[in-house]
Amino acid sequence: MKIERLLPGLAGIVFLAVIPLLPVPPFWLTILNNIGLASLVTIGLVLLTGVGGLTSFGQAAFCGFGAYTTAVLSTNYGVSPWLTLPLSLIVGAAIALPLGLITVRLSGHFLPLGTIAWGLALYYLFGKIDLLGRYDGISGIPPVEVAGYRFLSDGSIYYLIWFFVIAVAIGAKNLLDSRIGRGIRALRGGGQAAEAFGVNIVRAKLTVFVFAGVVAALSGWLYAHMQRSVNPTPFGLSMGIEYLLMAVVGGSGHVWGAIFGASIVLVLKDLLQRFLPDLVGTTANFEMVVFGILLVVTLQLARDGLWPFVLKLLPKRRARPLPTSDDKLAKRTLAPAGSSLIKVEKARKAFGGLVAVNDVSFEVRAGQVVGLIGPNGAGKSTTFNLITGIASLTSGSVFYEGRPMTGDSPREVAKHGIARTFQHAKILPDMSVLENVALGAHLRGSAGVFRSFLRLERKQEATLLAEAAYQLERVGLGAYRNRPAGDLALGQIRILEIARALSADPAVVLLDEPAAGLRHGEKQELATLLKKLREEGVSVLLVEHDMGFVMGLVDHLVVLDFGTLIAEGKPADVRKHPAVVAAYLGGVA
Amino acid sequence: MIATFLIQDGVTNGAIYALLGLALVLLFSVTRVIFIPQGEFVAYGALTLALLDGGKVPATISLLVCFGAIAFLFDLWSMRRGADARTFLRSVALNLVLPGAIYGITVMLAPLGLPSVAKALLTILIITPMGAYVYRIAYRPLADASVLVLLIASVGVHLAMMGLGLVFFGAEGLRANPLADDNFNIGSLMVSAQSLCIYGATITIIIGLYLFFERTLLGKALRATAVNRLGARLVGVRTHLTGVTAFTLAAAIGAVSGVLIGPITTIYYDTGFLIGLKGFVAAIIGGLASFPITAIAAIGVGLVESFSSFFASSYKEVIVFGLIIPVLIWLSLSHGFHEEE
Repeated sequence: MKIERLLPGLAGIVFLAVIPLLPVPPFWLTILNNIGLASLVTIGLVLLTGVGGLTSFGQAAFCGFGAYTTAVLSTNYGVSPWLTLPLSLIVGAAIALPLGLITVRLSGHFLPLGTIAWGLALYYLFGKIDLLGRYDGISGIPPVEVAGYRFLSDGSIYYLIWFFVIAVAIGAKNLLDSRIGRGIRALRGGGQAAEAFGVNIVRAKLTVFVFAGVVAALSGWLYAHMQRSVNPTPFGLSMGIEYLLMAVVGGSGHVWGAIFGASIVLVLKDLLQRFLPDLVGTTANFEMVVFGILLVVTLQLARDGLWPFVLKLLPKRRARPLPTSDDKLAKRTLAPAGSSLIKVEKARKAFGGLVAVNDVSFEVRAGQVVGLIGPNGAGKSTTFNLITGIASLTSGSVFYEGRPMTGDSPREVAKHGIARTFQHAKILPDMSVLENVALGAHLRGSAGVFRSFLRLERKQEATLLAEAAYQLERVGLGAYRNRPAGDLALGQIRILEIARALSADPAVVLLDEPAAGLRHGEKQELATLLKKLREEGVSVLLVEHDMGFVMGLVDHLVVLDFGTLIAEGKPADVRKHPAVVAAYLGGVA
Repeated sequence: MIATFLIQDGVTNGAIYALLGLALVLLFSVTRVIFIPQGEFVAYGALTLALLDGGKVPATISLLVCFGAIAFLFDLWSMRRGADARTFLRSVALNLVLPGAIYGITVMLAPLGLPSVAKALLTILIITPMGAYVYRIAYRPLADASVLVLLIASVGVHLAMMGLGLVFFGAEGLRANPLADDNFNIGSLMVSAQSLCIYGATITIIIGLYLFFERTLLGKALRATAVNRLGARLVGVRTHLTGVTAFTLAAAIGAVSGVLIGPITTIYYDTGFLIGLKGFVAAIIGGLASFPITAIAAIGVGLVESFSSFFASSYKEVIVFGLIIPVLIWLSLSHGFHEEE
């Protein structure tokens, strides 16, 4: 089974390995080397753009940092290339980190604009500094050496380059297929949901940005030792744009698409440069026009790039079996029944002159199911957002187990053990149902970037996935485990959100209209599930419209109208409360 | 004395950057397009004027006809499932007849040695329709895409337009004759008539934009589209029309900038990009949203550039583009965290 899955990859590696041994024209190797170097940068961009939803036109500058670091150290100071390799990568990371810190907090388009500007600025800077040889650059860089063997020819450095390309591609795949990777993949479109389960969004963005910078620096290091000389030209903005073109053409969401995109663009460039001058009769670099048009046309006709078309031609891979796990994730000890869990005290939220929530106080005790009801516009969802940290309180406070949590971010709220669902379901449609649920267990794992990259976290990952699978079985979606979440019907998506909340091992579950869009039978199943949770000692706070659903389920009911609490108590008492009757039936009382 | 000279130089360039920055803010706020190729319109404008000065027929008109023809093909493609005669005729008029007429007029007038104001107007006439065609060809099929996708597309359009500039104008730089070559002395300050033209045009366009957005229905429709595209559509605003309008306006502003800058510096096919990016630095300082802050920031960029070219000339570009880093830090700290889209 395992061998079967590895077979296509092994075949690819063998194929790559024999190419230089065949009687191929030498310029093929040159192009393949360039494709390898560009692929490294493009893999970084795929993670940044296609997966993370950020973009950079300045990646070529990071190549420059890697290349110049090794060029200066190995020529001026005679440092061995193997020692400059980590230093080049560190320089790449050291530049990416502060640039990332500045820009990832801003909305998406400022980052790419910033990268255009510093891509230009750094190009001019490389050309002005004496130490870097100004526009002439640095030559006489020593080749890489292993046990006396010098990687001098195109045919030998080829192996070095493609070793790194394959290693980085596999590492990038590993990273995406991990706890950290789920957080990164959630950046596009699902940031809010990920944050509600404890993913640090800013950190996830920084991670991909630094990763992209480091692999670009690696490409630069290889370039310097392949070319044996460096000058500013290949690190300018136009190269940075070309890398992005490769990522877009290949398919900006696919790691292997990066290599595909780099191949298409560089082969095309070679063809254009050889044949176009004869065709149009100018020596001008006309490929600019072709590349520009290619970029726009790709976006217009195949926004996900060309790799998905290749995938369609390849035989479909079978879904990976669920990893088995003997370990169980630790469960939190729940507070004794009846003790105060969430306490809302005089919570107030004003949007300008409109008071959406007007000094509302109520409490959720351990082991209770509490319903929060009220007509449209009563302030239920706003109250919810105040508790979960999405909206900030104008005045008043919220306590968790007696400790104030006013002003906590959604991430900190998640850490307390509060899991939630959303009124407008926030799932990641391209990720499998199982992965969506596993996102909920984010805080129960601890593996970081390096362990994920090297696939050293498999044991922990297996327990996280097993937990997610268990929760899916529990809510009755087990059969859909490997389907993309986007395939599910609305009612199923709501259930999926509940499974995701449960896999966080919550002390309290906050459900925002869980029964909306559910059929009668599904509602009954949901009610049974919630009752079971209560038996296990998990508390539930629920916003709901469906009175029948609420009445049979909750222990305690809180009624809001126009942002004000008008009644609370046992369901049977609240139902007779004159103010409630008035609010719902229109003042007959 | 040097300072006053540098200030004058900086303000003059800054006024041009302001025009670019305003066009960028206009386009972003209406269409969400971050229009990297705005500088290409400037280069096209300046080079067209310079060629007209030399009594030549500018290659831009062939480019215009090509753009129109491609836009027409795009229209035909979207009409492939049938369309009424009016839509078809409108497309013929806009994409084929209009560029054809401009071509004819230019070929007739170019060798006549027109007065410089007429040449400037002819240049603007040639460049302006290109905005509409670029929108039709590159951006309209992407109207529903995210800001990021539109930005990447902009880079593609930039590459294509710059490459076409190289093909049509060649690699040599050109310089146009000034619109007016008098000089005045105001106190100890010598002011060229050309720079007065620049100040006048910038101020006129700023006031014009203000009146357009505040006082006209079309301007208000543009603002509505900027705030909520779907909402604007529901109340009957034709959002594609607002896109065409915004791009046409931007191209016109680009052409005016080109006509103004052509006589004060030598323009190459790729100069527009660098000028455009300086407009971008200003637009980013304005958060891609504020016209007045953008205009003021553009003057600031011009001043920084002229002072750094005097005191640290080899680091001029590094300083001007490096300016963006402190700006982003400031934006980052003052705006805090923003969710995408």
